[in-house]
Amino acid sequence: MRLSGLQKQILGLYRECIRECRKKPQASRSHFQAFARNEFNRNIGIDKKDFAAIEFLLRKGRRQLETYASPGVKDIRV
Amino acid sequence: MAALRSTSARILGASRPVFRVAAPVRGFANLADAAQESQTASGSESKLKTFQIYRWNPDTPTEKPRMQKYTLDLNKTGPMVLDALIRIKNELDPTLTFRRSCREGICGSCAMNINGTNTLACLCRIPAEDSAELKIYPLPHTYVVKDLVPDLTQFYKQYKSIKPYLQRDTPSPDGKEYRQSKVDRKKLDGLYECILCACCSTSCPSYWWNSEEYLGPAILLQSYRWLADSRDERTAERMDALNNSMSLYRCHTILNCTRTCPKGLNPGLAIAQIKKEMAF
Repeated sequence: MRLSGLQKQILGLYRECIRECRKKPQASRSHFQAFARNEFNRNIGIDKKDFAAIEFLLRKGRRQLETYASPGVKDIRV
Repeated sequence: MAALRSTSARILGASRPVFRVAAPVRGFANLADAAQESQTASGSESKLKTFQIYRWNPDTPTEKPRMQKYTLDLNKTGPMVLDALIRIKNELDPTLTFRRSCREGICGSCAMNINGTNTLACLCRIPAEDSAELKIYPLPHTYVVKDLVPDLTQFYKQYKSIKPYLQRDTPSPDGKEYRQSKVDRKKLDGLYECILCACCSTSCPSYWWNSEEYLGPAILLQSYRWLADSRDERTAERMDALNNSMSLYRCHTILNCTRTCPKGLNPGLAIAQIKKEMAF
């Protein structure tokens, strides 16, 4: 399937989130993965032509990733 | 000391009864004034003014931004746009979101686009004469956080990148302060007053299209403030950092920055000075 640029960016963000999870302590790793999955799942229903909303969520996601990726964050609960 | 104490006591003594009166109406000076005004002017018709305000809520990203109308009686409102916004938030719609702090044009929080001009809401009078609707938008070409709140992360990142602090290796000769002649100090007038409200940067078309790399008028004004400082010893390095096609030379002297600056500064001139110093 050919993906649009926006779709590629979103998949890239998701992969990065999962990759960041591996840097977290073993015990809480599954929590981080569940959280990331949940954040994406929450907005899965958005119309794929609603570019403004998707781009906003993409920016928001990047900001969240930056926050949660800091080594000070040890655990997370959904 | 004694004199100071007596004056402060006098001030306190004088203000105490005033506070006691104002306490039940939640100490806003403008509201108290307006209440008095309306009492004296009761009978005269109310001056209604409609405000159209940009609304967008990040919690429902699929909803499109919209303009919401609010109508206020100007006789009961303070003279500035910020007074009107605060009154709308207090009385009509508590969900309206905007930044504000000092309400006297020194913090730069309430920068927004009012009737097509970037300015500080606290320094902008409500045009009372014409009855046209007043339109208020967030700063143009910024990502919106909510309603009138722009995301200035990129702006602050750029400010950080110019190292806005004194860089010096040699200690001062007497081990005290770094002294400056009056002439050298004068060079900083018109530069140090900048409050980084981002009105100028967001009004610059060049910054709209190249905000990733072009620093924009506000940051370049600050950049020049440190280049012009006689105490700073890293002038050459600062110039080196600007010496590329994007950081500085995306300024095409459009001068929207100078026209819009709510503090009456001249970022266009500062940028021209940097260009001049780089050329010779």
